Amino acid sequence: MSKSILIKSGRVIDPSSDIDEITDLLIVDGKIAKVGLLDLENPPSEVYNAEGMIVTPGFIDIHCHLREPGEEYKETIETGTKSAAAGGFTTVCAMPNTNPPIDTRSIVDFVKNKALTEGVVRVLPIGCVTKKSHGRELSEMSELADAGVIGFSDDGKPVSDANIMRQALAYSASLGLPIINHCEVPELADGASMNEGWVATRLGLKGMPNTAEEAMVARDISLSELTGGRIHLAHISTAGTLDMVRDAKERGINVTCEVTPHHLTLTDEAVLSIGDGNTSFDALTPHAYNTTAKVNPPLRNITDMSVMARGIKDGTIDFIATDHAPHSSVDKVCTFQEAAFGISVLETALGSVLSLYHNSKLDLTTIIKKLTSDPAEFLGSNLGTLKVGRPADVTVFDLDEDWKVDTSLFLSKGKNTPLDGATLTGKVKATFYSGENVYRSK
Amino acid sequence: MTLETTARQTFSQQNILDLDSFTSQDITYVLDNTLAMEQVLDREIRKVPALRGKTVVTLFYESSTRTRVSFEQAAKILSADVINVTSGGSSSKKGESLYNTALTIQAMQADIIIVRHPHSGAPHFLARQLEAKVINAGDGTHAHPTQSLLDLYTIRKNIGTIEGKKIVIVGDILYSRVARSNLWGLTKMGARVVICGPQTLIPNDFLNGHRTEEGHPFAGVEVQTDLDAALKDADVIMTLRLQLERQKAGHLPSLREYSQTYGLNARRLAMAKDGALVMHPGPMNEGVEIETDIAHGTQSVIEEQVKSGVAVRMSLLYSMAASQNLEI
Repeated sequence: MSKSILIKSGRVIDPSSDIDEITDLLIVDGKIAKVGLLDLENPPSEVYNAEGMIVTPGFIDIHCHLREPGEEYKETIETGTKSAAAGGFTTVCAMPNTNPPIDTRSIVDFVKNKALTEGVVRVLPIGCVTKKSHGRELSEMSELADAGVIGFSDDGKPVSDANIMRQALAYSASLGLPIINHCEVPELADGASMNEGWVATRLGLKGMPNTAEEAMVARDISLSELTGGRIHLAHISTAGTLDMVRDAKERGINVTCEVTPHHLTLTDEAVLSIGDGNTSFDALTPHAYNTTAKVNPPLRNITDMSVMARGIKDGTIDFIATDHAPHSSVDKVCTFQEAAFGISVLETALGSVLSLYHNSKLDLTTIIKKLTSDPAEFLGSNLGTLKVGRPADVTVFDLDEDWKVDTSLFLSKGKNTPLDGATLTGKVKATFYSGENVYRSK
Repeated sequence: MTLETTARQTFSQQNILDLDSFTSQDITYVLDNTLAMEQVLDREIRKVPALRGKTVVTLFYESSTRTRVSFEQAAKILSADVINVTSGGSSSKKGESLYNTALTIQAMQADIIIVRHPHSGAPHFLARQLEAKVINAGDGTHAHPTQSLLDLYTIRKNIGTIEGKKIVIVGDILYSRVARSNLWGLTKMGARVVICGPQTLIPNDFLNGHRTEEGHPFAGVEVQTDLDAALKDADVIMTLRLQLERQKAGHLPSLREYSQTYGLNARRLAMAKDGALVMHPGPMNEGVEIETDIAHGTQSVIEEQVKSGVAVRMSLLYSMAASQNLEI
């Protein structure tokens, strides 16, 4: 007997098929069977009442850190995918900076098998650009591609050697897979723990200038032009980067980029943990040096942050990715300098980016597109859509529900977010992965 | 002798993390009390009961005999029980985490913790974790509020007032916690502050006009890369210690060239006001940032800075414990 689920009376928004209407969605045997009003002669086995909710394709995250194998105290494939489901994500791409790193077929297989047995959503591994991510010799990219990686990255650090980057782009070009680079000139970021600027100056912390990112972005765009290889710029953070990508796209260069929810919505002032009514000119409190706001690339200033929404609007930014980077308290309850870089993002991503809808910076369809069909297009996959016959990955959320972030309730092991205690508007209510209800909010 | 009660009530600081949280009244209060503390130091029996029964812990992750001993002496004269904790080696050698050390100190029921740490913000971290009051004795490249207070005290003692005076801070502004705290302290007291050094050692946002935003606390601070020009009409010259590793990190071509362009010598001192004060937070690299004959010359108050350190720290400890009825 076939299994069917009806998601009833929601506002279905599917940018891939230009749908935005209040209607029903029928799932049969893990596939989308119909979008449209249903007569209920044969009532489905399960009905989810989505009245007043938004129903969209399941979100796709091209950039997250699941930490397994090697750092299971920070996150596992099980907890990471449960966290993803709670955030409305049905597909997550796992960065390879694990221990051992994902640089051989056996590790790719390990991640895929773990995901099948313990994960609750789809996990697509990313392979290393270089062996062990050491930056010296290319990994066996062809075999990794054969094993199913969706791209290559040494994320966590940049591919620093320009010649290795050139070779990587040229070699991967024939595989059709992107090189995903964390752009940061190491010499300009050495010893730095946050954005360079007034906040870093007054905190006495060494800052990374925007140039640390932009100089490598310029290099990579030029190398992509030289080789024809696909360059994807991870987590872009500066206005200068955005200008270069816009220009490169106009010139037809094979470049794409992503932005994180935190670079869209937070500035380096988050490090100060300023109380209500205070500014970055007021006295620091013991709450300053907030390690949960330590992330790389760093949260930038208001100018850089503000242009990111514009970059999404004009299409320069291809999609939103979380850079979910869970850490244990040991990595964060320490001095700022000692603290690990990274924010636990999956469960707050939607609430964060919807603030751009609620304050009229972006329209809803654009936001959903950047979480669904646009990353799907990047993957060259049949995901991120509610077209009939496609895998029934579906997210249901309440656009207007206010909720207080409480990290003790996170399904992720990583409780490291500067949003702890903040109120967000917009909450995931249910997530379906291949027709299975993998998350339902209480 | 009792201190004036009304003045006592104006001191508003829970912790001493930096001078950014001080009002000019707070600063004046500490400096006024310092004078009284100096008188205590001149007594035959240098012991007062102000902190009797209180436990003060000094927690030093960087070696600094001068500052630690100065705090220890201050606390002991005020009759506190003092426990010295020093952490061997650099923090990069992973020993016990600061968090676990903090919990241990909490268990000792310390009342006041005096911390020096190579990482900026370590005192804030402790203040967050602990019930004890925290005094910052120097954190990374962030702040050194007690050094700034003793600098302010030394200036006031020698030239009467700080307001309106031209103070030139010369050298490694970028990495200097002394300079950062003095920027707060001096500007709050109404001084005219000039920072001077090679562009490589001045924070970028002091250089490119970011200070135009309304309310910026350092909007009035002048920046000079030419020391000769900066020294004109100066009332006070504060030279900073040049860390020798700056050359390796590419900030400077050589110590020799630094000394030639930014070293304080007799020729340069003559450009300042007659009798201008020469200051240095120590320890000095004589012959690099300051010529030996200037460091020990008639205009130098460098030894006086060290001397007033104990009285300033007594004054601070006293102020922090001043919720009780204290007699000195």
